[in-house]
Amino acid sequence: MEQNETIHLQPVNKFVLKDLATPTKINWCPGCGDFGILMGLKNAVVELKKEQHEIFLISGIGCSSKTPYWVKLYGYNGLHGRALPFATGLKLANHALTVIVVGGDGDGYSEGGNHFMHACRRNIDMTYIVFNNQVYGLTTGQASPTSEKGFKTKATPDPVIEEPVNPVALAIAAGATYVARAYAGDVQHLKRIIIDAVAHKGFAFIDVLQPCVTFNHHNTFDFYKQRLYKLEDEQFDFTDKAKAFVRAQEWGEKIPIGLFFKVERDTYESQVPALQKEVLLKQSLDMRKQVGDVMREFS
Amino acid sequence: MVEMNKLVWKIGGEAGYGIMSTGAMFARACLRGNLHVFDYTEYPSLIRGGHNNYAVRVEEKEVHSQIKTVNILAALNKETIDLHLDQLVFHGAVLYDQDDFPIDLSKLRKDVSYLHIPLLKMVRDYKAERIMRNNILLGASFALVSYDFAIVESVIKDFFRGKGDEVVQQNIGLAKAGYNYIIDNYKSVVDSFPCKLRKIVDDQKTLAHGKRILVTGNEACSLGALAAGCKFVSIYPMTPISGILSFMERYEKQFSIVVKQPEDEIAGINMVIGAWHAGTRALVATSGGGFCLMVEGIGLAAMTETPLVVINGMRGGPSTGMPTWTEQGDLQFILHAGHGDFPKIVLAPGDVNDAFSAMIEAFNLAEKYQLVVVVLTDKHLNESHKSTEQFDLSAVKIERGKWLSDADLLTITEQNKQYKRFAFAQDGVSPRVIPGQKNGIFMATSDEHDEFGVFDEEAPNRIKMMQKRFQKLESAKKDIPMPTLVGSKNAAVTIISFGSTKGAIIEAMQLLKQQKIDVNFLQLKYLMPFPSEAVAAVLKNAKKVITVECNYTAQLASLIQEHTGLTVDHHFLKYDGRPVYPEEIQDYISSILHFVKKRNVKLKNFKNLKKIKNTVEIGKNKKIKNNKKNKKARN
Repeated sequence: MEQNETIHLQPVNKFVLKDLATPTKINWCPGCGDFGILMGLKNAVVELKKEQHEIFLISGIGCSSKTPYWVKLYGYNGLHGRALPFATGLKLANHALTVIVVGGDGDGYSEGGNHFMHACRRNIDMTYIVFNNQVYGLTTGQASPTSEKGFKTKATPDPVIEEPVNPVALAIAAGATYVARAYAGDVQHLKRIIIDAVAHKGFAFIDVLQPCVTFNHHNTFDFYKQRLYKLEDEQFDFTDKAKAFVRAQEWGEKIPIGLFFKVERDTYESQVPALQKEVLLKQSLDMRKQVGDVMREFS
Repeated sequence: MVEMNKLVWKIGGEAGYGIMSTGAMFARACLRGNLHVFDYTEYPSLIRGGHNNYAVRVEEKEVHSQIKTVNILAALNKETIDLHLDQLVFHGAVLYDQDDFPIDLSKLRKDVSYLHIPLLKMVRDYKAERIMRNNILLGASFALVSYDFAIVESVIKDFFRGKGDEVVQQNIGLAKAGYNYIIDNYKSVVDSFPCKLRKIVDDQKTLAHGKRILVTGNEACSLGALAAGCKFVSIYPMTPISGILSFMERYEKQFSIVVKQPEDEIAGINMVIGAWHAGTRALVATSGGGFCLMVEGIGLAAMTETPLVVINGMRGGPSTGMPTWTEQGDLQFILHAGHGDFPKIVLAPGDVNDAFSAMIEAFNLAEKYQLVVVVLTDKHLNESHKSTEQFDLSAVKIERGKWLSDADLLTITEQNKQYKRFAFAQDGVSPRVIPGQKNGIFMATSDEHDEFGVFDEEAPNRIKMMQKRFQKLESAKKDIPMPTLVGSKNAAVTIISFGSTKGAIIEAMQLLKQQKIDVNFLQLKYLMPFPSEAVAAVLKNAKKVITVECNYTAQLASLIQEHTGLTVDHHFLKYDGRPVYPEEIQDYISSILHFVKKRNVKLKNFKNLKKIKNTVEIGKNKKIKNNKKNKKARN
C-alpha cells in the first residue's frame, strides 16, 4: 500500500469536494453505512487526478445504487444486476473514461452474479464497489446472498438455510486482478483503497462491509468494530493468489479488510485490435469504402 | 424440349457431410455465370447426423424464392432419395453412389435418370477424405447441365484459398473428376437432359466478379449495419442470427469495430446500451429465446432514451422450439415487448435488399429519435442466399440527430444553468451529449425522472415525460415511408404480408398471372408505428384480402384489425417450420376464388361481408377451414 500513500500525500486536485455536491436530497436511513461509503468515494474521486467530466459512475438497483444521484459525475442508474455489462459496453466504446460501478450485494451477487463472474475474468479497466450489507434494504429486509446462515429478518422470519456467497473468494477464483475488502465505518481506509483500485489497470473489485441500521441487526457497527483487522498491518502478501484465497475464508472472530490480491494482467481493451490507436467513439462511422470492398467478396 | 438456365439443384446427406459448403459453391458458380440464384437450406439442430439438404434455384431472371420441384438431386445417402425423390420433375436426375448405399431401382420412379458415380472409390483413388465426395458431385452436377467448368474451378479456388494450394488443387481435381465421369459415362443422358446452364456474357457489366452479389439476410443485415456506421457489436450466438456474429468477427479488423461475445443476451443488450450511451453506434442481434431475456433492456433503453438497434431473427417457438426452422410467431411479442407503455419502432425487411436498407433506416431512426428499433427477420431471410445487384452505398446517409457541442455546453454553464439531458422539446427529442464532454455532466436513470435525469415521481412530471417519449414516435413518422401496393389496383385478390414471405408472394403473383388471376401485394416493412391509414385505404378498395403468415394465430391480421378496425378475409397460415412456397399461395388463392364463386350464388352481397373468414393451415392436411375453426385457433 506504499504506492497508495504516495498518491494520497500528493493529491493534484482538479476539483474539490463541494464540486461533487448535487441538489438532490439523500434518502438513505439516518446512520446508514452507505453514508460512509459515499464519503469515501467522494474523497477518493477528488484525488484521482482526473477531470470531473472524465469519470463515469454507474449503478444497478437498490439502496446503494442511488449513489450516482448524490455525486456530481456522469451517472447512470440502470437495471438491477446489469450495471457491469452496461459499464463494459460504455468502457469499450470510450475507454478514455474512468469507469466506477457501484451496487449492492443483492444487485451484484444475486441478480448480476453471472455478470460479476465474467467481469472478473474479462479484466476491463474499471472499479466495482459493492456496498455489502448482507440484507435487502429497498425491498424492506429480505435475506441477501451474503446473509449469514441462520440470519433472520422481519421479512424472512425463518432462518437462512443457505451458505452465504464469499465475494472476495469468488472474485479471486473468477480471475479478478484486484480484490479488496473495505469497511463503511473506516472512511480513510476505504478512500485509500478506492484510489488504489481506480489506479489499478484492470478489473478492480472492492467488497465494502456496510452495516444496515434498519434491517440487519446482526452485522452492526459494533459487530465489525470487534472483529475487523487490516491486512496491511501484518504486511500481507497480496501477490500470492493461494494465500489470498485462504485468507478470504476467514470470517468469524476476526475478519480481514484491505487488499487480498493484486496482479498485473493485460486488460481486455488493450487486446482489442480496434482500440489500439484511438477510442472507438472517435473513429469515423463512415465505413462505406470498406463495405464496398467486402461486398465484392460476395460476387 | 430443353429448358435453358432454369434449374433447381438439391444436395442432401447427413449433417457434417459438407452439404452447406457444397451448396454455397454451387450457388456461387451459377452467380458467376451471371445467373440469378435463390437458395434454401434445411438442417436439424445438431452437428453430426440428421438430414441436411440444400436447394439452389437458378434462372436468368431474378428469382425471389425456393420452389417445390427439383431437377437434379445429388444424394450423399439413401435418405436423401427417400425424402426428396417425389420432388423431382419428370425426367429429372439423381446422382448417387450405388457402392456406398445400394438402392433397388426397380422400386423407384421410372422416368428419372439414376446416375451412379463411384464417389467412395474416387476419393480413395485421390487419397482424399470421405467428405470430399461433395466436390465430385458438384463437378458431376455441372457436367450434367453442360456448364462451363472454368467457373466452377474459380469458385472452388476462392472457397479453399485460405487452406493452401494443395487443398485447392485436390478439391478442383475431384470436381473435375466428377465432371469428366459424367461426360465419359453418361454422354447420352447429358445430351438428352432437359436442363442446361450457360453463363451469360452479353454485357461487360454482368461479367463474373461484376456487379451482382450473392448474400444471405444475415450478410445483408451486417453490411447494412456497417454501412450505417455500427462500431460495436455484442451478440450471444443463436440460430438463425449467428451468421451476423461470425460476419462481424471475420471483418472486425478490416472495419476497426469491437465485436464482443457476451456471457448472455442480457449482458449483450446492456453492453450495447452502454455503447450507445457512450455515443457510438451499436448492434445486438438474437432470436426469440434470447429476445425474451433482453426485454428488460428494451425498457431500459426506452426509459433512458438511449438509441438502440436490435435484430430479432425468428425461428419456431415457443421455448427452444424448432431452432433451425423458420417462423413468424414473434410479431406480437416484439410489438409488445417490455412492461409499461413506451414507443418503439419495428421494421420487417422482406428480402436481402430490404434488409440492407432496413439497417440504415434503423440506425438513423434510433439515433434521430432516441428510440428502440427492432429489425424483425426470420430464419428463411437470415440464412437463404439471394442474388442481387450490389447495394447502393451512395444512397447511404448517416443521420445522427441532435447533439450539443462543447461550445453549446459552455454557453449553458456561463448562463449559470445546467444541461438538461431530458429537456422537454416540441418534437420530444432532447439533444444529447457524449459522456466525457466538459460541462455536460448529467444523470440518466431507469426510474421516471425530471429533465435533468433525476428521479421524479410527481404526477405532472410523469405526464409530461410520458407525452415527451411518445411525441418522439409521432415525430419519427415523417421519416417512415408508407407501404405501396404492388400490382394492379383492381386485382381480384390483395395479399398483405411482412417479412420473408415476400419472395414467395412475388413468385406466386407471376404464377397466378399465367392463370389469368390478378393479384396485388402490400408488403408492410414498418409494423410499428403501424401505417393505419394506408392499410385501411387498401383494405377498403380491395376485393378480397388475405394475409400470408408463418404463424398459427394470424398475428398480422390481428394487428391490421387492431389498427384499422377492418378484418382480413382470409389467412394463409403456415407454422410447420418450412417457408411458404409460391405454389402453395397459388393453390390457396385459386381455391378461395373457386370457393367464393360458389358462395357468391347464395350471398349476393358477399363483397361487403368482410367477416366471413377462411383460414388454410399448411401442415394440417391443407384443409380449408371455416370461420368457426378459425376463431377457435385464434383463441
